[in-house]
This record gives sequence, C-alpha cells and structure tokens, in this order.
Amino acid sequence: MTNTGFNTVELGGPAESAELEKLNIGDVIYINGMIYTGREGVYRKILDEDNSPPVDLSTISNINFHCSPAASIESDGSFTVGAVTATASFRFSKWMERWFSLTNCKVVVGKGGMPQSDYQQYFVPNGAVYLTTVGYGTGALLGRGIKKVQQVYWLKELGIAQAIWVMEVEKFGPFLVESDLRGNSLFEQSKREIDQNIEGLYAGLKQPALRRYGETTHRTDEVI
Amino acid sequence: MITETVIQEAAGEITRRAAIRIPEDYRSGIRDIRSSEQGQLSCFVLDTMMDNWDAAVADQRPMCADTGLPRYYVKFGNEASIQGGFVALERALRRATADATAKIPLRPNRVHPLTREDHNNNVGARAPEIEYSVEPDADWLDITTVHKGGLFGTDYRMLFPGDGWDGIKKMFLDTMIQFGRRGLACQPAIVGVGIGGSKDTCMVLGKQAACLRVVGDRHPDSEIAELEDELKELGNQIGMGPMGFVGSSMVVDCHIEVAHTHTGGMPVSIHSFCLSSRRAVVRIFADGSSEYRTDPNWFTPYHRREEVE
Ligand code: SF4
Repeated sequence: MTNTGFNTVELGGPAESAELEKLNIGDVIYINGMIYTGREGVYRKILDEDNSPPVDLSTISNINFHCSPAASIESDGSFTVGAVTATASFRFSKWMERWFSLTNCKVVVGKGGMPQSDYQQYFVPNGAVYLTTVGYGTGALLGRGIKKVQQVYWLKELGIAQAIWVMEVEKFGPFLVESDLRGNSLFEQSKREIDQNIEGLYAGLKQPALRRYGETTHRTDEVI
Repeated sequence: MITETVIQEAAGEITRRAAIRIPEDYRSGIRDIRSSEQGQLSCFVLDTMMDNWDAAVADQRPMCADTGLPRYYVKFGNEASIQGGFVALERALRRATADATAKIPLRPNRVHPLTREDHNNNVGARAPEIEYSVEPDADWLDITTVHKGGLFGTDYRMLFPGDGWDGIKKMFLDTMIQFGRRGLACQPAIVGVGIGGSKDTCMVLGKQAACLRVVGDRHPDSEIAELEDELKELGNQIGMGPMGFVGSSMVVDCHIEVAHTHTGGMPVSIHSFCLSSRRAVVRIFADGSSEYRTDPNWFTPYHRREEVE
C-alpha cells in the first residue's frame, strides 16, 4: 500500500452510510467486499431499453465500478482477470440519477469524475460519493485486489468489456475520494487553483489566422 | 530466410513485453519528473504509477487494463527476405495479436465502429495496423509494437506560415490544458508533435514522434531540438500534473518530427503517449535469431532524408 500522508480509509462493499459520512475529498480508499461493474452497455440496456436487471444488484453491493477488466474465459468456464482499469465516467452522468434510485447504489468508482454540478444534482440527494482511480493506468494494482469473479451477467449480450462483472475484492485500490457526501470535488478544487495561472501562459501569443468553427469556449471551461 | 513461425513467436513476445513492462526510458523520465514535483497529490499519483509498474512485472499482468490499440511498425532491412513474403508477415502479426489477447490476457478493445461488434481478439478490419519503413544495407527485420491508449490528448489543426511558432505554442497549450484536466490524457505523457506534410502524414508523423522515440532523445536538427526543449518546458509550466492536480509533471518529453509541406500551410498534430507508454521491439536476423529492446530506432537518418538521391 502506498504511504501517502493522506487519510487512508478501508471501505466495505457494500459500504455503510456511516462509513461514507466520514469521507472527505482527497482521502485514499481501499475496498474490501463485493463490487460490480456497469457502464454504458448496462445503463443503455436497463435504463433506456427497459430491460430488467439480470439480478437485483442492491442485494450484491452498492458499489458500481465504471470499468471493464482485461479478462479471459477458461475452458472450464472460470475467469482469469489480468488487469482492471476504469473508464471515463463523465459520459455516464446522464444515467446516474435513475441508476441510483433503481439500484440503491451509493458509491460510484470510475475515471476522472463528473462535473461538480452533477454531484450536487444527482449524488448529494441520493447520499452517494464518487471515487476516482489513480493515474489512471493502475491496472495491475487493481487487478491484484480482485480475489474472485463471482458471476458475470450479460457476457454474451454485451461482451467482456460491457458485461456486469460481480467481483469479490480485497485491499482493492488505491482510489481517491473525488466527491464526498456534500458534493465537494477534488478536481474542481485543483482546477480553481490552476486556472489562476492559465491566462498568463498565453500572454503575447497571437491568435492563429484561421479560427476554428465554433471556437467559443473560455479557457476555464472544461471540454467534458 | 526469416520464417513465419519465428515472426509470430517474436511478435507474441513483444506484445507480452509491451503490455507488462514499462520501458526503462519512460520510467526514468518519470523518476526525474517526480524529483522536482511539489504537488502532494501529483506526487501520490506518480508514486502509485511506479508501484503499479512493479506490480505488473511481479505478477506478470498488464500494467493497464485498457489495452489501447495494439499495432505494429515494421522496418525492413533492404536485403531481408521472408519466407512467404509480406502476406506471411501480416498473417503472423494478426495471429500473434489474437493469441496474446487470450493468453496474457489483454482486454479485447477492438470493436466495429458502428455495430460495436467485438471479435474478442483485438483483430478486425485494419486491425492491428501495420506500418512499414525500410533501411538500406541490412538484412534484418525490426518489429515494434505500440499499445497506445487514450481517447483524449490528440489534436490536429491547419495553421498557416504567418501563425509561426506562436501558433504552435498556443495549440500545444490548448491541447495540454483541455485534455490535462482530470487527467483525461493520463499524463505525464511523451508528447509527439507532427509539423508539415499533408494532413494525413502530419497525423502519422506526430503519432510516431510520440510512440517511436524514447525519452531523452533529441532531433538531430539542433533548431528542432531546441523547440522540443521549449515545448517540454512550456507544458511543465502550466501548473498541472497527473490527473489534472496542481503540479508540474505534464510532459515527460516532447518529440517533434517535420515533413515538407504545402507552401501556403503549416499543419500541426499533437499526440500524447500516456502513463502506460507501451512499446517493445524485436530485431529478427537473417539466421532466425532475435534480439529484444525498447528503442524502436525508427527515425534513422535514411528515414529522415531530404535529398533527391
Ligand atoms: S490512456 Fe493509457 S494509462 Fe490511461 S487508461 Fe488508456 S492506456 Fe491506460
């Protein structure tokens, strides 16, 4: 485990709300227990196409990981998981509100977070936090934390990358608390500090002769 | 005569090495950049990445589950000959990719762009890509594999001669900042800049500059080498580190490649080779023996030549 000087917390899967209340942005998290993966394929199938989930996810865990593992299926039907890396979560924010109410999910783990307004609008009212993976290529470290693939749902329908992987994990991490129960955002905090320097970097550089169509964003706007 | 079996075996081996072992030049670049990093969170991310590389080697598992798009760069010695010719070579590379995907395992990343159909083996239409170059007075075959990830961190723009160095610097800042936030580009990256050529060569060159030159390498043209240093420094002055946290570790190194271009234009492309800068190389000799390394040595003086000949 990396020694950080940051507050390091071990979180159960499913996570108790008392545990979540104590989290602050920037805390380093390791998870022990059960988690499941789910990303656009699952959200689309359940929330947009109205299929019922293959299992009541709330009975498994309340931790939804935005990821797909590097895994292969052995001839005896078991799974070998090599590495695990999250995928960028901002693309999924439009599904989060309905996902929370359907599954009672309280912890979203992914890459890079979402705009802070999404936390305030969807996460805070549902008592949910967002944890981000680190780096982001910590696939080998996260792969180590996977003790067992308990079940894979919709493998045939959605493929390895998009299926629902239910996994038992131990010392699974590190993750950073990107948004806590109050909707604070670690990325937003960094951004505010970095933005103060940005206009200065461009001082004296002239605008290219040919503008880009629609070139209207401000330098402190994000592209997500 | 180099055989298909030897090629397939060697290609499988470089695929495994690339996926698991971070090249030493990149690792020592990260060590250097870490030593001057002041941002607490940025330091934490860099330390975690180095732990991750150790775990990957110790456990023999991929460093990142995002396989990226595995591909090959083949450099032919002009006197090299392959049993079965180019068709055998390409077949060996496609088979090696599919085998390695199942054996390592790698996440099958390649899907049909419209139907999203996944062959579960990282092989498909024009996948893996195979690019060629040649080298005179040699009878070996160099095969480099690169697994470049990153849906983010790349941009192309048609600039004009009057935009000059300012225009390139501005575009560089734009790309670093917009994709650096939240670490979308998984920086610190080896940043490749392609300048000139036609639009497609500009993109290809910039990508090759990022993926096929090692950290610390400088362009033989001293003026271009200075520009590489300048852009590297500029990127690290943004105030941003890994994951977009406050810091100074944005660019591990910057490589620029140029191609003669339209007299009226100055196309520029920028590419970021991420924290999982995966590349591995094998040289296969005429007697069938092989030698593994991590420096593709793709941009030889012959490859960069300007004269008519
Ligand atoms: S950009 Fe690189 S480090 Fe980031 S997830 Fe993709 S392959 Fe991994």
